[in-house]
Amino acid sequence: MIKFDNVSKRYPGGHQALDQVNFELNAGEMAFLTGRSGAGKSTLLKLIMLMEKASQGQIFVNGKNLGRMPADRIPFYRRRIGVVFQDHQLLFDRNVFENVALPLQIEGYPRHEADRRVRAALDKVGLLKKEKMMPITLSGGEQQRIGIARAVVNRPQILLADEPTGNLDPELAAEIMQLFEQFNQVGVSLLIASHDLSLITRLRHRVLTLDKGRLIRDADSGVPGAAGQEH
Amino acid sequence: MSAPRRQGARESRVSARGALLSRWQQHVQTAADSLEKLRRSPGNALMTIAVIGIALLLPCALFVSVDNLSRLGGNMGGASQISVYLQQDVTDSEALEISEQLLTRRDIDAVRYISAEEAAREFAATSGLGDVIAALDSNPLPGALVITPSDVSTSLSSSLVSDLESLRGVDSVQLDLAWVERLQAFLGLARRASTGLMGILAIAVLFVVGNTIRLAIENRRAEIVVIKLVGGTNAYVARPFLYTGAYYGFAGGVFAWTLLAAILLALGGPATELLRLYGSEYSIRGLGATGSLLLLVGSTLLGWLGAWMSVRQHLSAIEPR
Repeated sequence: MIKFDNVSKRYPGGHQALDQVNFELNAGEMAFLTGRSGAGKSTLLKLIMLMEKASQGQIFVNGKNLGRMPADRIPFYRRRIGVVFQDHQLLFDRNVFENVALPLQIEGYPRHEADRRVRAALDKVGLLKKEKMMPITLSGGEQQRIGIARAVVNRPQILLADEPTGNLDPELAAEIMQLFEQFNQVGVSLLIASHDLSLITRLRHRVLTLDKGRLIRDADSGVPGAAGQEH
Repeated sequence: MSAPRRQGARESRVSARGALLSRWQQHVQTAADSLEKLRRSPGNALMTIAVIGIALLLPCALFVSVDNLSRLGGNMGGASQISVYLQQDVTDSEALEISEQLLTRRDIDAVRYISAEEAAREFAATSGLGDVIAALDSNPLPGALVITPSDVSTSLSSSLVSDLESLRGVDSVQLDLAWVERLQAFLGLARRASTGLMGILAIAVLFVVGNTIRLAIENRRAEIVVIKLVGGTNAYVARPFLYTGAYYGFAGGVFAWTLLAAILLALGGPATELLRLYGSEYSIRGLGATGSLLLLVGSTLLGWLGAWMSVRQHLSAIEPR
C-alpha cells in the first residue's frame, strides 16, 4: 500500500530530515511511527501527502510512484488519503458539520449523499449531537475527533495521523486510538506518528522507529527496548 | 429481514450525471457563500465598489457627452449644404442634366437648381439692392446647384467635393459650414479620447479588483491550505474569489450607472432648456438599454478578469507545508 524505497529528504539549507528510509506498509495494516521530535516523523508523512518531495529514492502509494505524479493530479491523489493533524487544521468560521463535509463538497458529492456520510462520520466519532456547533466552542479532544471525522468522511483506504493525541490527556488519547483501531478493523491502512510510547506499547501493532532521519527499528508489535524502560 | 444495504453508493464514487448536478450545486453554493462574505463586510466592499464605479463613470460620461454632441451635430448637419456655382455659359437644361446625374450618387440626398434669374431675384429681394441689379446690362450672378449631402461627416472626408469640382461646367464649389467640419473633427477626437480613457480605466479596474482579491486571498490563507490538504484543486480554491471579483465588477457597474443617471437627471432639464433657447427640440439621451447592458456585462467581466489575474498570481504560491 505504501512503500519507501531508499528515501532521503534533505531540506534546502542542508537539514537531513530523512536518510535512506526503507519500509513497506501493507493493505489493512496499522503501524506507529515513533521517535523523538525532529526525528523525521512529520517529514515522512508530508512526503506521503506530497506536501514535500523526496530528495532521493522512490515512494509508491497504491503502486503509484509519487515522484512521477504531475502537479494537477495531486489534489485527486490527496482525496484518497485521510489525514489527521495534531493541530486539527479545522476551519473556525464553519460549524462542525461544514468542517466534516468539506472533503465531500470538494469532491462534488450530491447534497443528500454528502449529508448522509457526514452524519455517519460524526456518529462514528460521537459528535452527532454537536454538528451545529462551532469548533472553537468544543474541547481539544472533540476538535481532534472532528478532524478524524473529516479525514474518514470520504472513506479513504489510507489514514495518516501526525501526533493525533499530542494535546490530549491519556484517557482521551486512548479513546482516539480505539477509534483508529476500529477503522483498521474495517480494512483501512493506518500510519500514526506519535511519541507517546506508553500508549503505543499497550496497543500491539507494528512500530517504526526513526532517529535522526534513519529508520533504526521496525518491530512487529510493541517496542520491547525503549518502552520496557518506562514500565 | 434487515434493510437492504446500499452497496452501490459505497463503491462508485460520483456518477457522471450526479457529478454534473453536484458541480452545479457546488457553483450555486460557492456563488451564494461569496455573496454572503461580501455582505458580512460591507465597509470594505463598498469602498472597492465605489472606486470601480467612479473609474467606470468617467469614460461612460464622456461617451454619453460625445454621443449627444454628435447627435446634436447630426441634427444641425441637415442644414449643411454645398453650393456648386456653375459657369456663366451653362444653360438651364445642361444644369438640370447635371443635377439628374448628381442625384444618382448615394452620398447626395437632394439637389436644388437655382437658375441665374432666380438667383438675381432672390438677391434683389433679400439684399435690397434690386435697383442695382436692374441697372446692369446682364445678370452677373451664375446659376447654382445647392446640394444636401446624405451624411455630413462622410461627405466632408470623401471625394464628393473634389468630384463636384471636376464636373464639366462647374466654376467653383463652396462649403458653407466649416463649423460642421470642425465639430466633426472635435467629436472624432473626443471619441478617440473616450476610447483611450476607457482602456486605461479598465486597466485601473483590473488592478483595483486584483488588489482587493489579493488581500482576500491573504486573509484566507489558512483556509486555502486546509482545502488543498483535503484535495481541493486550484480551480476549486479559485472559484469563490472569481465570483467575488465578478460581484465587485457588477456592483461597480451598477454604481457607475446610478451616478450617471443621477448626473443626467440633474443636467437634463437645464440642457434641454438651453437647447430650446437655441431653437432645437433635442433632448439629452443616456446610455440606453444596450449601453447599460454593455456597461454591466463589461464591468462584471472586468471584475472577473481582475480576480482571475490575482488568483493566478497568488494562489499557486499557497501550498500546505
